[in-house]
Amino acid sequence: MTHVAWIIPLFPLAAFAAVMFWGERLPGRGAYVSIAGIVLAAVAGIAVLFEVLGGARADLTYPWAVLGARPLVVGFVVDPLAAVMLAMVGVVASLITIYSVGYMHGDPRFPRFFAYLSLFQFSMLFLVLADNFLFMYAGWELVGLCSYLLIGFWFERPAAARAALKAFVTTRVGDFSMMIGILILFLHTGTLAFTGVFHGIEAGQIGGPVLTLAAILVFGGAVGKSAQIPLHVWLPDAMEGPTPVSALIHAATMVAAGVYLVARTYPLFLLSQGHQALQVVAYVGGITALFAATMGVVEDDIKRVLAYSTVSQLGYMFMGLGVLTYSAGMFHLITHAFFKALLFLGAGSVIHVVATNNMKEMGGLARAMPVTFWTFLVATLALTGIPPFSGFFSKDAILMAAYTHDKVLWGLGTLGAFVTALYMGRLIWYTFAGAFRGGAPVPGGSGAGGHTGGHLHESPAVMTVPLVILAAGSIALGFLEHPFDRFVHFEGVEAAPFHLGVLVGSVLAALAGWGAAGAIYYWRIIPSGSLRQGFRPLYTLLVRKYYVDDLYGWVFLRAGGAVVWLAGAFDRYIVDGLVNAAGVVTAQLGLVLRYLQTGREENYLLLIFLSVVVIVLVRFVR
Amino acid sequence: MSAVLSLILWLPVAGAIALVFVPRDRLGTIRMLALATSLLTFGASIGAGLAFDRAHAGAMQFVETRPWIPSIGVTYHLGADGLSLPLVLLTTLLTLLCVIYSWRVDARPKEYMILFLLLETGMLGVFLALDFFLFYVFWEISLVPMYFIIGIWGGPRRAYAAIKFFLYTLLGSLAMLLAILILYFNATPRTFDILALIQQQPLSRNLSLGILAFWGFFLSFAIKVPMFPFHTWLPDAHVEAPTAGSVLLAAVLLKLGTYGFVRIALPLLPEAFARLAGVVAVLAVIGAVYGALVAMAQTDLKKLVAYSSVNHMGYVMLGVAAAAAAAGHSELAGAAATALNGATIQMLAHGVITGALFFLVGVIYDYRTHTRGVDDFGGLGARLPVYTGVTMLAMLASLGLPGLMGFVAEFLIFLGAFQIYPTLTVLALVGVVVTVAYFLWAIQRIFFGPLNARWAALPDLDARERWALVPLVAVMVFVGVYPRPLVDAVNLAMVAILGLTR
Repeated sequence: MTHVAWIIPLFPLAAFAAVMFWGERLPGRGAYVSIAGIVLAAVAGIAVLFEVLGGARADLTYPWAVLGARPLVVGFVVDPLAAVMLAMVGVVASLITIYSVGYMHGDPRFPRFFAYLSLFQFSMLFLVLADNFLFMYAGWELVGLCSYLLIGFWFERPAAARAALKAFVTTRVGDFSMMIGILILFLHTGTLAFTGVFHGIEAGQIGGPVLTLAAILVFGGAVGKSAQIPLHVWLPDAMEGPTPVSALIHAATMVAAGVYLVARTYPLFLLSQGHQALQVVAYVGGITALFAATMGVVEDDIKRVLAYSTVSQLGYMFMGLGVLTYSAGMFHLITHAFFKALLFLGAGSVIHVVATNNMKEMGGLARAMPVTFWTFLVATLALTGIPPFSGFFSKDAILMAAYTHDKVLWGLGTLGAFVTALYMGRLIWYTFAGAFRGGAPVPGGSGAGGHTGGHLHESPAVMTVPLVILAAGSIALGFLEHPFDRFVHFEGVEAAPFHLGVLVGSVLAALAGWGAAGAIYYWRIIPSGSLRQGFRPLYTLLVRKYYVDDLYGWVFLRAGGAVVWLAGAFDRYIVDGLVNAAGVVTAQLGLVLRYLQTGREENYLLLIFLSVVVIVLVRFVR
Repeated sequence: MSAVLSLILWLPVAGAIALVFVPRDRLGTIRMLALATSLLTFGASIGAGLAFDRAHAGAMQFVETRPWIPSIGVTYHLGADGLSLPLVLLTTLLTLLCVIYSWRVDARPKEYMILFLLLETGMLGVFLALDFFLFYVFWEISLVPMYFIIGIWGGPRRAYAAIKFFLYTLLGSLAMLLAILILYFNATPRTFDILALIQQQPLSRNLSLGILAFWGFFLSFAIKVPMFPFHTWLPDAHVEAPTAGSVLLAAVLLKLGTYGFVRIALPLLPEAFARLAGVVAVLAVIGAVYGALVAMAQTDLKKLVAYSSVNHMGYVMLGVAAAAAAAGHSELAGAAATALNGATIQMLAHGVITGALFFLVGVIYDYRTHTRGVDDFGGLGARLPVYTGVTMLAMLASLGLPGLMGFVAEFLIFLGAFQIYPTLTVLALVGVVVTVAYFLWAIQRIFFGPLNARWAALPDLDARERWALVPLVAVMVFVGVYPRPLVDAVNLAMVAILGLTR
C-alpha cells in the first residue's frame, strides 16, 4: 500500500467528479458516493500508517517537465509525518462527511456540498503526500479554493459571500510570501523537492540571512493558512460556512496545513542562523495563542468562539515547533483535530436544533441533548487541558519545552491556558446550563433545516454517532503520547526535560479559568454586566477585535480603493488622453493643411511664383 | 504531407471565396459552409499536430519553400515548430468556436463569416511565415477583417474604436517595415528569409543599428501585445467588437505581438534585445500590476476582461524580457529557457482562458441581460448554475489556480524570471494578488448575494453555447493537470531559439 499511496487522494477525486456531474442521480443524492470515497481513503490511510509503523517508507518521483536541459522532478513521499496525517485526515473527514448527511438534510444544493467536500479531501490528501514545493503549493491553493467555495456555500447571504472573498484574498497574501520563499530556495538550490532543498542547505548552497528570510517567507504562507497574527482576520468570518465545513476545514485539517508545512520543511527553520526562523515561528504562535483566546471571551456566536479557539490552538502548535518540540507540536495537531472537530460538530448539533448561533439565546440544552452535551464536555475538557483528556498531554508537552526554551513563551502559553478555560467555561454554561432562553426562530441564524426552539430534542443518530466516536478519540489519543513521540520525531531535536511545576501550573491555570467562568456565568458571584462596566476600555478593545479589522478596512479597502480609482482615472484621462490628443492634433492639422489644397490653379500658380521669388531672393542674398 | 501548412493556411480563403457565391438569403448554407471550412481547417491542423515529430519540436517541420519574387529574394517559405504549431492549433480551434458561437448572428451573416475566415488566414499566416515579406503581408492582412468586424458589427462607439485600432496598429506596422528594411539592406546576400537572417545575424557588429531595428520591431509588437503604455486601443476595441471579434482579438491577435518578440526579436537581434531587456521588463511589470489595478476599477465586465489581458500579457513579456536579458550568460540558460517556456505557455493559456471569458461575457450580454455592468447583476449563481460554474472556472484559471492551465504558465515564468530579475518578479507577484482580488470581487458581485429580481427568468447555457465552451474548459483542465506533452514540445523550440541567441 505504501508504494501506491498516491492513489489515496484519487478516491475522493473520483467521488468529486461523479457527484459534480451526476449528483442528483447517485445514491443518497451523491452523499453515499462521497462517503465511499473518503472511507476508502481512510482505510487505505490507516493501512499505510500500519505499514509505516512497520518500517515501510516510500518516495516516488517523476519528471514533471524538462526546462532547458534540466528536469523538474516532483513526487510523493510517505514517511511517519505523512502517514499520521493521512490517517487523521481520513478518519476525521469520514466522520464529518457522515455527519453532514444529517446536517445538510433538505438543503437544495445538497449534492454540490458533498462534491466540494470530496474535492477538499482530495486536495488535502494530495498536499499531505507532496514531496516538493510545487505539489505542496498546488494542494495548498486547492484546499484554499474549497475553503472559499464552502465558506460561500450559502452565497445568497451577502455575509457568506464577503467572508469567502476575505478568506481567499487574505490567505493569498500569505501565499504571495510563500511563493517568494519558494523562488528564493529554488534560485539557490535549483530544485523544488524538499529533500533536494535540504541537501542544498547542508551543502551550503544557501545559508545565513538569506535562508532565514526564505524560511520566514515560507512561514508567511502558514501564517495565512493557519490564521496566525497578522493574517488571522479571515477565520472567524469563515464561520459563515456550514458547520461541518468549519469542523473539517476550519478546525481539523486545512488550517492545520500551515503547521504541517512548517513540520514538513523543518530543516529550513532548524538550520537558519541561530534558530532565528524558529524564534519567529515560536513568537508568532505564542502571541497568537493568547491574543486569539482573549477575543474568544467576549464573543457571543458559538462558532466564532470556537474559531478564536482554533486560532489560539494553532498558535500553540507553532509555538511547539518553534521551541523544538517537533513531536509535541504535531501531536497537538492530531489531538486538536479530534477534539476541535468534535466541538464544532457538537455546536452544529446544537445549532441544528435551536436555529441560532447566539449562545445568549440558548441555555439548558444539557437535558434536551444529552449525547451532544456529554461529548461536547469531553472535548471541552480536552481543549482546556484537564487530565487525562488528550489535549492535556499534547499542550503540556509544548509548555514544558517552552519553559526550558524561553520563559516568556511559557508565560504566554500558561496565561492562554487560563483564558482558554475561561471562554470555554463561559460557552458551556451559556449553552448547556440554566434554562432555555430562546424562543421563536431567529431570522438570519445559520444552520440548514433548523428547527424552532419550541421542540428541543437530540439530533439524529447519523449526527450523534460521529460525535461519540470523536469523543472516544479525544479521550484515548492522549495515552499514545510516547509511541507518537518515538514515531514522529525529528533527528537531532532533543526532548525537553520534565518539570512537575510546569505541569501543575498549567493545570492550575486551567482550573482557575474554569472557576472564574463558573463564578461569573453560573453562580454569578461576579455578574458579567458589572465586569463589562468595570473594564469598559478592555471590553471595547476585545469586542472590536483589537481594531485589526478596522485597520485593514482602512488600509486595504479605503486606501486600496483610492489607488484603484486613481489607476482607472489615470488610464482613462492621461494615457488614453494622450493617444486621443495625438489623434485630434493630427486631424486638426489636416483641417488646417487642407486649405493649401484648394484645387484652384491660380492659387497653385501664385504659390509657385512666390516660391520662385523666395528662391531667387535667397540666392541673391547669399 | 509537405503541403499541409499551405492547406491549413488557404482553406479559410477557399471557404471565403465559396461563400461569395452563396446567395445572401440562404442563411443555412452560409452557416454550414463557414462551419465546414473552419472544421476542416481545424481538422487539418490537428492532423499536422499528430504528424508533428515532437522529439524534434525545435526544428522547423512541414517546411515549404517556393520562389515568389526572386529578384528581391522573397520566397514563399512556411514552417512550424514547437512554438508556432500550438499557436496554429489555438487559432483554428478558436475560429471554429467563434463560428459555432456566431450561429445566431443575423446582421449580414455572409460578410461576417467571410471576414472571420479571412482573419483566420491572416493570423495563421503570421504564425507560419518564415519570410519577412510574407510575414508582413499577413501581419497587415490580419488587421483589415478585424477593422470591418468592429466597424460593422460593433457597439455604439464602433467607428471610433475601429479607427483607433486600425491607426494605432498600423503605426506600429510601419515601424516594423523600417526595421525589416534595415535588416534586408544589411544582409549579404540580401534576403527576406527569417531563418537565413537569423543565421547571418546581419546587425551583430553594428549595435546602434541593431538597437534602431529593435525599436522598430518593439513598437510594432508592443502595440499589438499590448504593452503599457500602448494598451489603450485594447479596451475600446474589445468593448465595441462583437463577441466573436473580442474572442479572436484577445485569444489570437494579441499573441501576434508576443510571437513576434519570441520568433523575431529574440533570435534576430539578441544583443540589442539584451541591452534593452531591462526597459521591456519594467514596462511588462508595470503592465502586469497597473493592468490589474485598472481592471479592478472597471464596472463594465468586458472592459474588466480586456484589462485582465493587459495584466496577463505583462507576465508573458516579463518572461520574454528575462530570457532576452540572459543572452550570453550560459549559467542562466536554464532560467532563460524556463521563463521563455512559461511565456509561450502563458500565450496559449491566455488565449484559451480569455477566449472563454469573452465568450462568457457574450453569453450573458448578447442574448440575455443586454447589460455588462458588473453591479447590475447579483445572485446569478442560484439561477444559472452551469454558466456560473464555467465562468468561475475560467476566472480561477485566469487568476492562476493550480490544476488549471494559467498556473503552469505563471509558475514557470516566475520560476525562470526570478533568477534573472528578482525584484521585478516580486513586483509582478503583487499583480497576482490584485488579480485574485478583482476576479473574486467580480464573481461576488455577479453571482453571489440575493438574486436580482430583473434576472429571475434567465435561461442557463444552451447547447450551442456549451459546445463553444466545453473544448476550452477541457484544454484548461487537461494542460493544468498534465502539462508535460505541451511543455516538452515548447521547451525544445525555446531551446532552439535561445541556442541561436548565443
